[in-house]
Amino acid sequence: MAIRIFIDEQEVKAEPGESVLAVARRAGFDIPALCYHEAVDSIGACRLCLVEVLAGSRPGISTSCNMKVEDGLRIATDSPQIRRDRASNLELLLLRAPANPVLRDLAARWGVRPRLQPPPDAGIANCILCELCVRVCAALGHNALAAVGRGEKKRVGPAFGKPSEGCVGCGACLSVCPTRCIVMKETSAARTIWGQSFDFHRCRVCGQPVITERHRAFAIARCGLPEDYYDVCESCKQSQASQRFAGVVW
Amino acid sequence: MPRFASEKDLESYRRTLLASRAPDRRAVAVCAGTGCKAFGSARLLPVFESELEKASLKGSIELRATGCHGFCERGPLVLIFPAGRLYTKVKPEDVPEIVREDLAGGRVVERLLYRDPVSGKSYEKEEDIPFYKHQQRLVLKNNGLLDPASLDDYLALGGYRALAKAFALGPEKVLDEVKKSGLRGRGGAGFWTGRKWEICRAAPGRDKVVICNADEGDPGAFMDRSVIEGNPHSVLEGMLIGAFAIGANTGCVYIRQEYPLAVERLGRAVAAAREAGLLGENILGSGFSFDLKIYRGGGAFVCGEESAMIASIEGRRGVPRRRPPYPAQSGLWGRPTNINNVETWANVPWIIDRGADWYRAIGTEHSTGTKIFSLVGKVNNTGLVEVPMGISLRRIVFDIGGGIPGGKKFKAVQTGGPSGGCLPESKLDIPVEFDTLVREGAMMGSGGMIVMDESTCMVDVARYFLNFLKYESCGNCTSCRDGLYQLHRLFSDIAEGRGTEQTLALVEELAATVKATSLCALGSTAVNPVESTLKYFREEILAHVRDRRCPAKVCKALITFTITDQCNGCTLCAKRCPQQAISGAVKKLHVIDQQKCIKCGICLDVCKQDAVRVE
Amino acid sequence: MTPAAAPAVDTAKVKEILSRHPAGDAGELVNVLHDLQAEFRYLPEEALRLAAEHLKISQAQVFGVATFYEGFHLKPRGKHVCTVCMGTACHVRGAPKLLEQLERDFKVRAGGTTPDLQVTLETVNCVGACALGPLLIVDGEYHGNMNVGRLPKLVDSVLKEGKS
Repeated sequence: MAIRIFIDEQEVKAEPGESVLAVARRAGFDIPALCYHEAVDSIGACRLCLVEVLAGSRPGISTSCNMKVEDGLRIATDSPQIRRDRASNLELLLLRAPANPVLRDLAARWGVRPRLQPPPDAGIANCILCELCVRVCAALGHNALAAVGRGEKKRVGPAFGKPSEGCVGCGACLSVCPTRCIVMKETSAARTIWGQSFDFHRCRVCGQPVITERHRAFAIARCGLPEDYYDVCESCKQSQASQRFAGVVW
Repeated sequence: MPRFASEKDLESYRRTLLASRAPDRRAVAVCAGTGCKAFGSARLLPVFESELEKASLKGSIELRATGCHGFCERGPLVLIFPAGRLYTKVKPEDVPEIVREDLAGGRVVERLLYRDPVSGKSYEKEEDIPFYKHQQRLVLKNNGLLDPASLDDYLALGGYRALAKAFALGPEKVLDEVKKSGLRGRGGAGFWTGRKWEICRAAPGRDKVVICNADEGDPGAFMDRSVIEGNPHSVLEGMLIGAFAIGANTGCVYIRQEYPLAVERLGRAVAAAREAGLLGENILGSGFSFDLKIYRGGGAFVCGEESAMIASIEGRRGVPRRRPPYPAQSGLWGRPTNINNVETWANVPWIIDRGADWYRAIGTEHSTGTKIFSLVGKVNNTGLVEVPMGISLRRIVFDIGGGIPGGKKFKAVQTGGPSGGCLPESKLDIPVEFDTLVREGAMMGSGGMIVMDESTCMVDVARYFLNFLKYESCGNCTSCRDGLYQLHRLFSDIAEGRGTEQTLALVEELAATVKATSLCALGSTAVNPVESTLKYFREEILAHVRDRRCPAKVCKALITFTITDQCNGCTLCAKRCPQQAISGAVKKLHVIDQQKCIKCGICLDVCKQDAVRVE
Repeated sequence: MTPAAAPAVDTAKVKEILSRHPAGDAGELVNVLHDLQAEFRYLPEEALRLAAEHLKISQAQVFGVATFYEGFHLKPRGKHVCTVCMGTACHVRGAPKLLEQLERDFKVRAGGTTPDLQVTLETVNCVGACALGPLLIVDGEYHGNMNVGRLPKLVDSVLKEGKS
């Protein structure tokens, strides 16, 4: 590891190009961040991952998710100002998702209570406009979601507010959503998300849903997989493999 | 237009031009800047043409349309050369008289001259008019002298001579001159231009880019617009010199989409420069090649911010990026990029042509040169003024601006746009320069200077800026997007009489977080208007909070309209009231139904008896 | 009243406009949107989808950009566009009052278009004609030093023309 940084006086090693947040968490520091995911670029939206740069290119309070490590960087993860600013930003987020367990938990931890009026809603209850769904969907190659509008009118959703051709119903957006506010419904036959219904491709052994048909088609084409790749679910594949193993041994 | 292969070619052509243009030749210059055009100046030109023809003067008097001349309040403006005589508020029906009396007859048309509203004195020569006398025009100097569509005009006035000098000096020396000149960015932040160029020059990479920021989003500011519309080549020449010094072969000019005329005029200038070989390969035989492309904005104030502008040029949403890395290291398409404001670029040819020492002698030690301000709002002489740095606010507002109209009292001047602050009467004598303004809680900004009088409510002004900024926020950061929404809401509470001490405490708390934790300068400077209002006009805010009173009589929830016994019963107000809230018989005292009144102020506007009172 | 339906888009025209911009060049997006809007007076959905295809970017990206900038309109505009400048200088000189009166006269909120598609009323944050504030732009023509008293004549000329 080529770079040394100091977090709360503790020396931590890092590689060039790593984000300060990722390095800090790896070293065991607890810095909250709602809009961060290691698989996609950071945009510094939620403003919770604040740290104070004591020595570096840009001293002062800053977000750590989109800050790259530099040799000799010294940061503090806690200070009265950090606590004050983080609490303010948390209060603003809490106003968007007052009943959301994730935000309520954070609020309880730091003694934050909403004193202001809620802002205009973002179209989806509990959405904190972190754009993780947009970024992850793009990273996976579906590009089905967009950040729409700007300022207080900003929201996320499919282009034109209509079901997107790119959406494959994989549900990755929901799985990374920090407030789990994306609505996804499933029956045995299909999954509904972002205004579209996706039929399931079922396991030919047990009949359980394996993947949506659209996602299957995308994955097979994109990754050059064999046509029958998704015909058996993981669980049945395990059983089959286990039986073959038993057959070999016995 | 010939193609200039060398400096010699250029100078030889210039000599030919000057030989055919006697310095004291007769000319009529009609201002065709956006302001005068809005007042109908475009209609003057065809009338002048036909009248000159009729008087057989067409061949001997040059007629030209020029860029913004600055004295917008008195437009349409017509300048008569060689005398330098200024006619104001000229209408098409005045033109025959001007031609007949002045141009043919040699008699001044007195009634069209500028007359000082206070002293009553009228002025013939533009340079004597107080509005112009106290100015020092460098960047705007040629706006009245050249037709922006004519490269010949620009060359005749010495255009592109600085570029040739720059090639002779070499990039290092050019950089030194600009550093020595003390030029600081005219777009808002006031960063040292020479230093900025140096950083980009030193950055690794050979595919550097220079960008001209013509996004000019500060409401109330129109300097950049007038420079591009009035003298586009001055900006191109500045960019060429800068690109040469930095080592960039590619340029962009980013013009906000609300300025279609600027896009058009610059486009023509670029085409003319290309034709003349002043843009393209091996310019003037120097070995240096440079060309540029014009980009239009889509309509977003935030795109005046460097990294958001870069995103916009890259075809993305105008969301700023965290710095570092700075554009000088990694900017447009990841290339080392230097961005400067229009006015900054336009200063560069002056510095190279006359030298850094000459430039330094203007202005103050740490703020050299001149600055263009758009002096607008509650002031008599609204328009564009260019003054040496260090001049006092008082001189600008009163000596140049002619003071407050209607005999009202000066209250504040707002500088720096939405990132700036309001300065009260007690600050009128401070020198206008970068660091002093920041120290006093305001900012130079791009040069918008909005004068406010006793009928302006500072709570309303703060709320206005918060509304503007929350609308323009890109929406990325919680602190900016939601923080500004809340601050606006709190100020609305104050304006509507619902404010309490708690409201003020919340404002101060939130403002601190928005300032400290927003990613870009839109958020971090958004609280400046609030802070300066709290600093200098706290009493006025407290009046709203404690007494539910708006001293300036602006905040609707806190004022009442009544009709006094001055009323003569003319029924005009009753007819015009949109809510039918006024009743009264003809020739009898009228009454406003307070339940229906929406405080629109129309009755106040239309009453000829001055019988409507606001409390 | 049912709003007038958006007209079908001339896709041949869209493609012609797109062909003026290099295919696959994402940086051209804003320029493309300007050109499309200059032709159709707004950005029809179909045109945006075709633009995405031409520039080889996602429809999501095109939509995200088109909705970010206030200069781009995704709904058909009125035959007449009336813009009130809300810049600081205009504000201080009484622009909000003008806007309120126009909202009453045209019976539409700022930002909206009348159901019969005759008038779009909108605001803009400064057009740089500050010395003339308060300022109205009607169908590209600037009207400076406006006051409420001068509005009826202007409003009449706009609405009357709409009916002819």
